[in-house]
Amino acid sequence: MSIHNWFKRKKAQQETAYVRERLDIPGNLWVKCYKCNQAIFTKDLEDNLKVCPKCSYHFKLTAAERIIQITDPNSFKEINQKIVSKDFLNFTDSKSYAQRIEKSILKSNLYDAIVTGLAKISNLPVALGIMDFSFMGGSMGSVVGEKIARLIELALEKKAPVIIFSSSGGARMQEGIMSLMQMAKTSAALGRLRENSLPYISVMTDPTTGGTSASFAMLGDVNMAEPDALIGFAGPRVIEQTIRQKLPPGFQRSEYVQEHGMIDVVCDRRQLRENLSKFLRWFDER
Amino acid sequence: MKDKQKNLLGFEKPLAELYEKLDELKKVSSAGEMDMSEEVKMMEKRIENMRRDLSVKLSPIQIVQIARHIQRPTTLDYVALLLTDFIELHGDRNFGDDPALVTGIAKLDGQSVIVMGHQKGKTTKENIARNFGMANPEGYRKALRIMRIAERYNKPIISFIDTPGAYPGIGAEERGQAEAIAKNLREMAELTVPFISIVTGEGGSGGALGIGMGNKVLMLEFSIYSVISPEGCASILFRNAARANEAAMAMKITAKDLLELGVIDEIIKEPVGGAHNNPEQAATYIKSAIIKNLKPLLALSHRELIADRYNKFRKMGIFEEQ
Ligand SMILES: [Zn+2]
Repeated sequence: MSIHNWFKRKKAQQETAYVRERLDIPGNLWVKCYKCNQAIFTKDLEDNLKVCPKCSYHFKLTAAERIIQITDPNSFKEINQKIVSKDFLNFTDSKSYAQRIEKSILKSNLYDAIVTGLAKISNLPVALGIMDFSFMGGSMGSVVGEKIARLIELALEKKAPVIIFSSSGGARMQEGIMSLMQMAKTSAALGRLRENSLPYISVMTDPTTGGTSASFAMLGDVNMAEPDALIGFAGPRVIEQTIRQKLPPGFQRSEYVQEHGMIDVVCDRRQLRENLSKFLRWFDER
Repeated sequence: MKDKQKNLLGFEKPLAELYEKLDELKKVSSAGEMDMSEEVKMMEKRIENMRRDLSVKLSPIQIVQIARHIQRPTTLDYVALLLTDFIELHGDRNFGDDPALVTGIAKLDGQSVIVMGHQKGKTTKENIARNFGMANPEGYRKALRIMRIAERYNKPIISFIDTPGAYPGIGAEERGQAEAIAKNLREMAELTVPFISIVTGEGGSGGALGIGMGNKVLMLEFSIYSVISPEGCASILFRNAARANEAAMAMKITAKDLLELGVIDEIIKEPVGGAHNNPEQAATYIKSAIIKNLKPLLALSHRELIADRYNKFRKMGIFEEQ
């Protein structure tokens, strides 16, 4: 193995360790913030919606945590829970896709990278989709696409607004072209929602890139984002390799993307619920 | 003949020797020393046969090479060969004109159509001017603007897909590459006119799909369509771009694979060895495929066309429900 490849692999391993660590903070009394490096009481962090009390760094949330933070207590009713990915290409890299699916299900306690359902926010009904990065990097395969399409179709039936939280590196390569087709499927479903004048709020969280940003995530009547989230089409490394120059500071971060006109509201997690309620009330008034 | 040899792909090298022999025979023949026309004919036949043999057992990565062949006919080649009265339309009316994605009005056997497609070059200079067929957001926005014209005047749309992918650059990101593609996907689903998409070379991910949501999606025999390039897939999943070969195989990116998966509707045959060996013939095949597929669509109402497209893409996905 060349030094270059060794380095790349090493870096990748570090990155996955990093992601795992910052997703679950099991039992530790203290957590070190990834941004300011300060030690925080786990309980303080959790009380603060997993936003660093010192520097406002937004830790990643699981779908379950997001549901608790955003919806009215016990109002969330999951739909289409048990749709499971299939290794229809018999795709194997270092592991087979079938093994990856199995492992991810066990590790994340989820069936795939999105949880969908009906819920209430400030007593207003919503069709809610929440991606979970801990399931294969929130990648979009057939299941994510199908759950989103069904969620939107249910919203049409119930005449409910749709809110989708994205957290996804993009299409799931292990499903080849079929993952690309989910972009078409989800966007087409949103077209129907729009035709019927039902609102859609997209909330982009760290990260929202690739096939996810280039489909349902960018199509909100209102596009919202958590602060400092990576949001873009191509990944920063791909861009750097293509243009062979350094990227500008803040590039592809929420605030930068907002400055360039793609996001309506960059919203601190601690104000998110209130802002979503305002939007829902605004849309709800007839 | 020199050109043909120069353009041979790695796996076609056995042909080089035959081409050389053919050249010699022709030289002798034209010098008038001996009548070699029989031998020339035989050699040509041998070349043809070898090309046919080679193209029967092509591996996915070899098909990738043909799909990316520098001499492979481009969108504007096909426009010239199979359409008439073409006028190119430029600009997205917001930022600029994207030379990597061309659009225009034209006629197909007398029928007014809108045509669009990614545009690659055949030389380095041309490719730089065309950004190697990698469109920026303004390209996708131009495409949408032209699709709206098609809709307003009730004309069918034909799109030719041949791109490594949407351009990954700073400006592209700043101007909303993701938004431009996403919006096209949503809007294409709602088009009230017949829409046929043809993958003619490289169907590179979102950049391809951005103009690719036809009622019918067709693929040339030696084109590819994939969520990421084999090299990209190999470098991410196999941690080694050199393993593109395996990635090409694993991802199922050839026309035959995609037909089996139900992602495309039809494979358009190519001349022996690939479209670049006979662009005129390739264009005839494409033209008849378009006409055949367009006909039933022309009979559908606006509502039916939208439903047809929605159902087509709505069905895509393979999963298990417990
Ligand atoms: Zn901090």
